[in-house]
Amino acid sequence: MSVMSVSHISKKFGELNVLRDISLQVEKGEVISIIGPSGSGKSTFLRCCTLLEYIDSGSLAYGDLVICKDGQYCPKKVQKEARRHFGLVFQNFNLFPHYSVLRNIMEAPVSVLKRDEDEVREDAMRLLREEGLEDKADAYPWQLSGGQQQRIAIARALALHPDILFFDEPTSALDPELTSGILKVIRQLAVEKMTMVIVTHEIHFARNVSDRIIFMADGVIVEEGPAKALIDTPNNPRTKAFLAKMDERD
Amino acid sequence: MTFGSLLSALALGLLTSVNIFVFTLVFSLPLGMLIAFGRMSKILPVRLFFQLYISVMRGTPLMLQLIVCFFGPYYLFGWSLPVWYRMMSVILAFSLNYAAYFAEIYRAGIQSIPIGQYEAANVLGFTPAQTFRKIILPQVIKRVIPPVTNEVITLVKDTSLAFSLSIMEMFTIAKQIASTHTTLLPLVVAGIFYYVFNLVVASGMQMIEKKLDYYR
Repeated sequence: MSVMSVSHISKKFGELNVLRDISLQVEKGEVISIIGPSGSGKSTFLRCCTLLEYIDSGSLAYGDLVICKDGQYCPKKVQKEARRHFGLVFQNFNLFPHYSVLRNIMEAPVSVLKRDEDEVREDAMRLLREEGLEDKADAYPWQLSGGQQQRIAIARALALHPDILFFDEPTSALDPELTSGILKVIRQLAVEKMTMVIVTHEIHFARNVSDRIIFMADGVIVEEGPAKALIDTPNNPRTKAFLAKMDERD
Repeated sequence: MTFGSLLSALALGLLTSVNIFVFTLVFSLPLGMLIAFGRMSKILPVRLFFQLYISVMRGTPLMLQLIVCFFGPYYLFGWSLPVWYRMMSVILAFSLNYAAYFAEIYRAGIQSIPIGQYEAANVLGFTPAQTFRKIILPQVIKRVIPPVTNEVITLVKDTSLAFSLSIMEMFTIAKQIASTHTTLLPLVVAGIFYYVFNLVVASGMQMIEKKLDYYR
């Protein structure tokens, strides 16, 4: 069974069709990158998957938990249940500034999942150790670099043990020299077979880390395929044009 | 009148002023939050009601509101209320008035919290109530302390408006002594008392501000 299954979803902002007939199945352990020009609906797609936006039509399910069927959402209680299945890492981290690093990671497992506090602390410290940030446990977000903040945000998402982790341009708010640290963390998660969907502008990274890549433009999936094939030998002229432009940038 | 008895008379008045001050804060600080919620309600009639409330409270003199609060029950309904209602009406009017100002400060504070904080909390599974209590409110408190301090300092001085209902607070007493003894001294001393009162209040608020300085 797919970890997440999206079929024929559409989303409008007023008259604007932001997403049109998008379908995607994500299998366990799969890493999928979504690339495309800005305004193509990539972020909106993630926001719909994570219930920050509601779709107008189509279906959305996590495992056998159906959240939306043909545009009809399940009750709020079931949606709350669904949130346990996914995590989201934001472009601008969105850490809680008034909480220490450790509490940022611990708060949701303790007060949402009602897990034992000592157990959660152990878990959180393990995550911090893996990211090489255990000495920052008592620091506050403002004392950290953007790269460190983003790694804490990843740890915060992982602390809930999601089945699937979404990344919304995780390196776009970072200085170039901090980007590689985040990409390394994501690459390590891929090695550990974490199921991930990553919206990114880092084409080379996407090519190397992903199993599949999706190219989106104007709210539709223009092309999708195995990562290396899609980047190296794209079929669609729009994909080609986009990749050529990204190449120029580098 | 000796200077000593002047001081003790004013100190007694100050006690009443402090009373008005403390009770007004105890009621208006939480009430302001409820009004702020009403003002931001998704339900239009509720929102309009609180908008009107704030508009009237801020748009008319506090002294007028004091007088209406005290005499209103008698002139409107013919109720003659017990003696203690005089002091109660002062605290009532002050609380209703200050709550309106606090409500707007809270609203500004709440609306200044980045939407990303709500979204992060939402994705992590916090309920709306948990999100407000754990994530939003603490950050709002930090942000509203400077404007709230402004209001609190104004309140110290505004307690003198209770003289219009002949409450025996510090200003009323100073004015009485000044006119019976034809001297400005009681008013000067009262002024110094108000100033010291406010120094204490301001440094208290500064301490709270400093305590919340550990994050940005």
